[in-house]
Amino acid sequence: MERLPRWADLALVPLISLLLAATIAALVILAIGQDPWEAITVMVQGSVMNAYGWGYTLYYATSFMFTGLAVTVAFHAGLFNIGGEGQAQLGGLGVALCCLFLPWPHWSLALIGATFAGAAFGAAWAAIPAYLQAKRGSHIVITTIMFNYIASAFLIFMLVDVLRPDGQMDPATANFPEAVHLPTLNELPGLSLIFTSGVPANVTLFIALAMAVVVWALLWRTRLGYAIRAFGKSEPAARYAGISPFGIIMLAMLISGGLAGMMAINNVMGEAERLLGNSASGAGFIGIAVALMGRNHPVGVVLAALLFGFLFQGGAELGLWTKIPIEMRTVVQGLVILFTGALDMMVRMLLTWIFNLFRAGRLAKGAA
Amino acid sequence: MDYATLLQILDSTIRLATPLLFACLAGLYSERAGIFDIGLEGKMLMAAMSSASVAFLTGSVWAGLMAGILASMLMAGIHGIASITFRGNQLISGVALNFVASGITVLVAQRLFGQGGRTPPLEGEARFHPITLPFAEELQSVPILGPLYHEVISGHSLLVYVAVLTVPLTWWILFRTRFGLRLRAVGENPAAVDTAGISVKGLRFAAVAITGILCGLAGAYMATALQAGFGREMTAGRGYIALAALIFAKWRPVAALWACLLFGFFQALALRPDVVEAVVQVKIPVPFLDALPYVLTVLVLAGFVGKAIPPRAGGEPYVKER
Repeated sequence: MERLPRWADLALVPLISLLLAATIAALVILAIGQDPWEAITVMVQGSVMNAYGWGYTLYYATSFMFTGLAVTVAFHAGLFNIGGEGQAQLGGLGVALCCLFLPWPHWSLALIGATFAGAAFGAAWAAIPAYLQAKRGSHIVITTIMFNYIASAFLIFMLVDVLRPDGQMDPATANFPEAVHLPTLNELPGLSLIFTSGVPANVTLFIALAMAVVVWALLWRTRLGYAIRAFGKSEPAARYAGISPFGIIMLAMLISGGLAGMMAINNVMGEAERLLGNSASGAGFIGIAVALMGRNHPVGVVLAALLFGFLFQGGAELGLWTKIPIEMRTVVQGLVILFTGALDMMVRMLLTWIFNLFRAGRLAKGAA
Repeated sequence: MDYATLLQILDSTIRLATPLLFACLAGLYSERAGIFDIGLEGKMLMAAMSSASVAFLTGSVWAGLMAGILASMLMAGIHGIASITFRGNQLISGVALNFVASGITVLVAQRLFGQGGRTPPLEGEARFHPITLPFAEELQSVPILGPLYHEVISGHSLLVYVAVLTVPLTWWILFRTRFGLRLRAVGENPAAVDTAGISVKGLRFAAVAITGILCGLAGAYMATALQAGFGREMTAGRGYIALAALIFAKWRPVAALWACLLFGFFQALALRPDVVEAVVQVKIPVPFLDALPYVLTVLVLAGFVGKAIPPRAGGEPYVKER
């Protein structure tokens, strides 16, 4: 049995997985008595056919780029960081503390400070599971799941009992000061010609794109990146080459948690401008789908994040304009993870079989 | 705290521990056979929605129970195909199925009943009702033990007693039958099982099917006995707490019972912060009680409370041709 050509493996496999997921999603829509064609029209109309829709799609995509890159870095070290959600929530706490209690003269300085604060809090939240994995062999998947729940309980406590201003009912912090307001795309010179009405997408989009470049350079152009990838491919080989497993697990998870925590500059600082309960709203988990769909490459992650931004915004439009509940996007998200992550062997076997049919056909012709 | 309050808390401990116990034993079969399953949550949710819907539509809780088990087994089947047949990543498959379940339960319930993704409240024959054990009324006047028997042991729905009986049954199956020996072997060393001429895939699918049945019972209990109907995300992380209990119990059935009772006790305490405050004399925020099972699990995983060693071949797909 011949192997798949590289282009098919890189492009065709995710594409077919996506098509399979879309087909099942369409069947689900049919099964609940709605029209899949109407659904896709509404989704496209509301998310990419006008600047306003793009403003939301890009906003969601920004969050997913951060969490997708977070999962990617850990994946390359052979670690499945399922704790992006908790790390992003802690990142939100870091960003909120930084914005509320430090006197920032200008948003640009505040953004730099908040980026580091979010990353530090996210990395700290990833550090404990990383240490337990590296030193005591506790399975990182289970510990990071547990840390998601602990984070969410901790955040509820912080918001209800500590950070909530006196006299306010809902569990949230006070609004951030005006000085730390990040320019949204409609407030940036040049871009304001395209985005004429207020959109949530903001300057952090450019930080997310820059982080994609940084992650690419880190993984494929530095010694550390090489060590991370070598460790992820084969731990005994990496150990034999003098790479410290403890150091790699710690560093990969700190970077991963830091990226997840950084997400908070988009949703907490850029959009809500205060810390709310459940601030990450699932973006940490979508990072898993984004990384799988993007084949753990920063370019793929950016593209997959855009796709999921479209799904997220389109799904919200579905909830608004059709009888399809907004939960449809959770189903699609699950299906994409299932087909790209768990059933990729099925797709690959199918494709290999088809390719071999073609090859056999050509050989037979050549012989005749 | 007086005796009556204690009994109340123990009573709700048992109630809350039951879905955990079903799900925990479900995970035990799967993981003992070498298939990680973090999709317990999704299976419970599917079962809860299916059982509540069918029980409401047919008016029979038994039809609902069957539907719940079938729905959960369907999910288990997909997990089996992905992780056994196509040797996919078991963790990713579990995560994916949890998302699918979380969304699709709301879609279906909304389509069937149009009440914002919940089922209408179940009544009468569409629910499991508390059953009074023999002599519960007569013995109530016996000091201490009488009320304990009447309030805590008696007066639960049938499924609670089924869950407790599943514990010795599971112990017997795993440690006293040929199937159990093979099931444990396939989780430790599938190659040896294969060499003995026994189908690794067959055994693993059998284990995954049992997981489906037990998660079905867990979900059906949630929707038709603990509560009267399905609501979105009603399992609220119980699948993960069950997973935590499984690790805490080090993959052993009897220990699983104690672990689930302990975690059920925490959940019961979280419902009564007033009692906790009265006992420890310090105000403990409810989120801390909520987080306790998870913190405890991390401590267990870290090896501070005994070492938890998972089945050796857990999570690794078996490749026959090697």
